[in-house]
Amino acid sequence: MKIPLSWLKDYVDIELPPAEFAKRVTDAIAEVEGWELIGAQWDPKLVRVAEVLTVEPHPNADRLRLATVDAGEGPCTVVCGAPNVAAGQKVAFAAEGAMLIDGHTGKLSELKLRAIRGVESAGMVLSEKELGLSDEHEGILVLSEDAAISTPLVEVIGDVVFDVSTWANRADLLGILGFAREVAAVTGEELRQPDLSHSQSDRQVGDFVSVTNEAPDLCLRFTASIIEDVQVGPSPPWMQQRLVRAGMRPINNVVDVTNYVMLETGQPLHAFDYERVRGSEIGPRRAHEGEILTTLDEVERDLDSEMLMICDGEGPVAVAGIMGAENSEVSESTSTVLLEVANFQPGSIRRTSTRLRLRSEASLRFEKGIGPELAPFAQARAMCLLEGLAGGRPATGLVDSFPSPLPSSPIALPAARIEQVLGISIEPAEVIRILLALGFEVSETGGVFQVTPPFWRTDVALPDDLVEELIRIYGYEKLPTTVLRGALPEVPPRPLERVRERVRSSAAGLGFQEVVSYTLTSSEILGRVVAADDQERGQPLAATNPVASQHTYLRTSLRGSLLTAYSANRRHEDVAMRLFEVGFEYIPAQSTLPQERPVLCAVLGGQRLERWKRAGTESLDFFDAKGAIETLLEDLGVEGIFTAEEQFGLLAGHTAAISVGDESVGVVAQVYPDVAATFDIEEPVFLFELWLEPLTRVIPDRPDYGPPSRYPEARRDLALLVPADMPAAPLLDVIRTHRVRGVRITVDVFDEYRGEGVPPGQKSLALAVRFRAEDRTLGEKEVSRIEQGLLRRLEKDLGATLRA
Amino acid sequence: MSTIEAEVDSLRAEALEELARADSEAEQDVWRAQWLGRKDGRLTLHLRSLKDAPPEQRAAFGKSLNDLKATLEGELEARREAARAAAIAALSTEAVLDVTLPGRPQSLGRLHPVTQTMNDCIDAFADMGFQVFEGPEVEWARYNFDAVRIPEDHPARDMWDTIWIDTLIDGERNMLLRTHTSPNQIRVMEQSDPPMRVIVPGKCYRQEATDATHEWMLTQIEGLAVDEGVRMSDLKGALYAFARRLFGDERQIIFHHSYFPFVEPGVEMAIDCFLCRADGSNCRTCHGTGWIEILGAGMVHPEIIENAGYDSSRYTGFAFGVGIERVAMLRWGIEDIRHFYQNDLRFLRQF
Ligand SMILES: [Zn+2]
Repeated sequence: MKIPLSWLKDYVDIELPPAEFAKRVTDAIAEVEGWELIGAQWDPKLVRVAEVLTVEPHPNADRLRLATVDAGEGPCTVVCGAPNVAAGQKVAFAAEGAMLIDGHTGKLSELKLRAIRGVESAGMVLSEKELGLSDEHEGILVLSEDAAISTPLVEVIGDVVFDVSTWANRADLLGILGFAREVAAVTGEELRQPDLSHSQSDRQVGDFVSVTNEAPDLCLRFTASIIEDVQVGPSPPWMQQRLVRAGMRPINNVVDVTNYVMLETGQPLHAFDYERVRGSEIGPRRAHEGEILTTLDEVERDLDSEMLMICDGEGPVAVAGIMGAENSEVSESTSTVLLEVANFQPGSIRRTSTRLRLRSEASLRFEKGIGPELAPFAQARAMCLLEGLAGGRPATGLVDSFPSPLPSSPIALPAARIEQVLGISIEPAEVIRILLALGFEVSETGGVFQVTPPFWRTDVALPDDLVEELIRIYGYEKLPTTVLRGALPEVPPRPLERVRERVRSSAAGLGFQEVVSYTLTSSEILGRVVAADDQERGQPLAATNPVASQHTYLRTSLRGSLLTAYSANRRHEDVAMRLFEVGFEYIPAQSTLPQERPVLCAVLGGQRLERWKRAGTESLDFFDAKGAIETLLEDLGVEGIFTAEEQFGLLAGHTAAISVGDESVGVVAQVYPDVAATFDIEEPVFLFELWLEPLTRVIPDRPDYGPPSRYPEARRDLALLVPADMPAAPLLDVIRTHRVRGVRITVDVFDEYRGEGVPPGQKSLALAVRFRAEDRTLGEKEVSRIEQGLLRRLEKDLGATLRA
Repeated sequence: MSTIEAEVDSLRAEALEELARADSEAEQDVWRAQWLGRKDGRLTLHLRSLKDAPPEQRAAFGKSLNDLKATLEGELEARREAARAAAIAALSTEAVLDVTLPGRPQSLGRLHPVTQTMNDCIDAFADMGFQVFEGPEVEWARYNFDAVRIPEDHPARDMWDTIWIDTLIDGERNMLLRTHTSPNQIRVMEQSDPPMRVIVPGKCYRQEATDATHEWMLTQIEGLAVDEGVRMSDLKGALYAFARRLFGDERQIIFHHSYFPFVEPGVEMAIDCFLCRADGSNCRTCHGTGWIEILGAGMVHPEIIENAGYDSSRYTGFAFGVGIERVAMLRWGIEDIRHFYQNDLRFLRQF
């Protein structure tokens, strides 16, 4: 909401400079987002009010005229091109040296006078453009008649317009008067009230119009008044100026008054041309299903039966509380005005404006909740202004349908509650001062305040609502900082978080860079990494209203995100990249929220870095990926079992499923080259996933500790010939599980070899086998005996033979 | 001088002269084999031939030869030691490194700046006894809105532009991407009893156009403390400690009035601008106000406490919500929120 300081000052004195005022308002009332200074550049000595005394033609130019003006130093002649300049006007006058907006360049520059077509000019009569008020430069700015000659212009029309963001539950702050009340409470100044006085003719409003309220649940109050013999025309400059500064367009004096009173009081009003209200009757009713109304913005609106309309004797004339229709608009020829001021159920207004996609200044106020008692106040204020500005004779009284006034009931606020919530007490006198200033009725007995909210505070219902009123005005800076007291809650175990944060930091420790991707992706990207017939992942959840089409689907796999990031970075990275992300796969579920499955996904590839930070000849491969995942598992205290696997999007023969105990915990693979190519990745790229939930079920609470052995281990290097297509895993299993008299055997593969010296169809595996006993040093002979037994078993079980 | 002495002297002279010529370790090994070799070293052979010497000379000759052996072994050792010292000295003279050349590159991984900042926030609150709780990102509208006092027909719904999930259950669309972590206030209270001190980290989503300060996917941390005797001054104390931990010990904080339907009173917290220190300049971060808003907070609305089944006249609570990206942007001077989820390594590697 735009709040001109000059308007606010009608109702409360404000001495604070704009920055200080903005801070006080932000601290206690609503957020000031900024402010605009109007007239800051007008030098008070050089830019002043002048009166036009005479206007005569320019001797040498048809389109120019010579105006004699008096700016307080006697008559002087000014050359003027504006068509609207006329004797008797009060105008803005600039003397040489004034800083003005140049009409051609649009920039602030110093006024330099020169002869125009042979006539010297003593100064300049200004348009809104030169003053920086608007782009209007056809005519000069005409000031109010009561502006005194030689007054600095900044004192007459200078201003500060604050841009204030108010709250969703505070319609009263969308009115200058409501805002002024808050300012008065903050600064301690007195609040002034607007003039409501107006005459009343000998005719009764009820003789003109009758009101029928067919929907008392949606229309809480409906008032109508009548003013006869108005002169429709432009409203005076001061009113137009205020409307413009508050962000509204002046239309005519009648419509302007309704807007002005709305901006002032927060109560929307609607003026009808009485002659066009058919049947002398008006009132709210629900629309018929499918009923159509053309609103003032010339859009046809389809209505439904939960929408409220205002109808005259023959049909709809407005969508209640939102916008009027063309058929009853006030025009130049209007002479009798019917003024409707009503109150509607806030949720209904909001629902209708949402359905119609039609937000208006009126609906923004009604949907926040306005007290129905505000209606007659706004009626009186509008009549006062209409009578003054448009002439006319207000009829006596008000037609008022107010079916069920709610009695205001006091809220009991114990002083102890203030202290319980805030941690500080507030002096009873100060409590009473603040609440009175905000318009509450308050009394105190026995440490309990009985507080009745004013009708405009529909948001206040509970004692704690009052506590907020108190502390914001009292000042949050008076709230001390204290420490939470009391017992600490129990700490439940959080295994998933533990595993997740552990693998996250380990992955970074292993040289992987963490990335975070958007969790919504496109079906196209998902389709590259997830099979269409995948039962869990093939039918991702979609957003109804995504921010962009490439962010429509909730990802059921992180692979597409990682490959996208890899590809994008490949444009400026020429060496190996290792990326990982920890996130959820959103797996749809029947009739309930999706399962959010936590996964660590990593991709890697590219040429290994060499000494001179140069890409080496060797690239990362499958075993870099596998090594990383083995290390991550080792860090968690478990060992993975890797078995060959085939999966969509992954290269067969280069893919392993990973399990620990009975749980499948992940996968490691080379990405299928054609799939990688869809991400514009031309090099071999590898990925692995760790599934964190199953991992939590297999990782030990603590490491399986044993003291370091006091006895040395014996190492034997063996080269074994096995069938070329036989995986190493079963061989290693046999060796690891071989048990002889308490001797532990561990084994590592240190080479795989095919080629010269190895028969075709076979490969040679080089193994480092270590033997250790817990209770003795193993002698040469014993080790050899165990080794021979092991070799016999390997030959018998797996056909492995010692390479000669 | 006896012939024995003369012979030993000549052997000594010859051996030492040859040793002096043996500069390398290999030459020294050859020399050793030649003179002191166990099988056929010249001195060894002499010693072995002692038994053939006349008995009256044997003792003296033996002593001379053994003295010579000791001398030669000592000289060899000295020579080797000198060579080793010279080799080490050469490392610092002839084989000097250009220590300004780059080191051999290692692979360094880092956590995402949002993760790092989140971890720091969690640590700050964990030190005050807060525990982590997590809730779903895809959420029911009733938790995201209704349960935190944002009914469908209330304009407060406009405070959060929502991305809805295109799934109808019983003909109604009631699943959405949570717009804030606040629904977890309800989830926590459903699952535990006071005293509660939890923080809920996680992603949130807004149907919002992006610019330098707005992103549609964001990361929040929600805090909730409910117990007998929880006061708004405790909220201020907790947030004060948090602000100092994240932004430095001199930080000051202020509360100002705000509105969130699920708290009463509701505030926004700002810290003093550590970039311009309120010097009145046209500061980009605080817009010259000297204060930077960083989070929303307040006392848990008594209706929410009652709805959870607790007596609001006995139990009070506070809640707050922090945008992690905003904290990260402030602490590192990041100018555009859109950097976070572009995954550009040139950005991510700086943190
Ligand atoms: Zn600043």
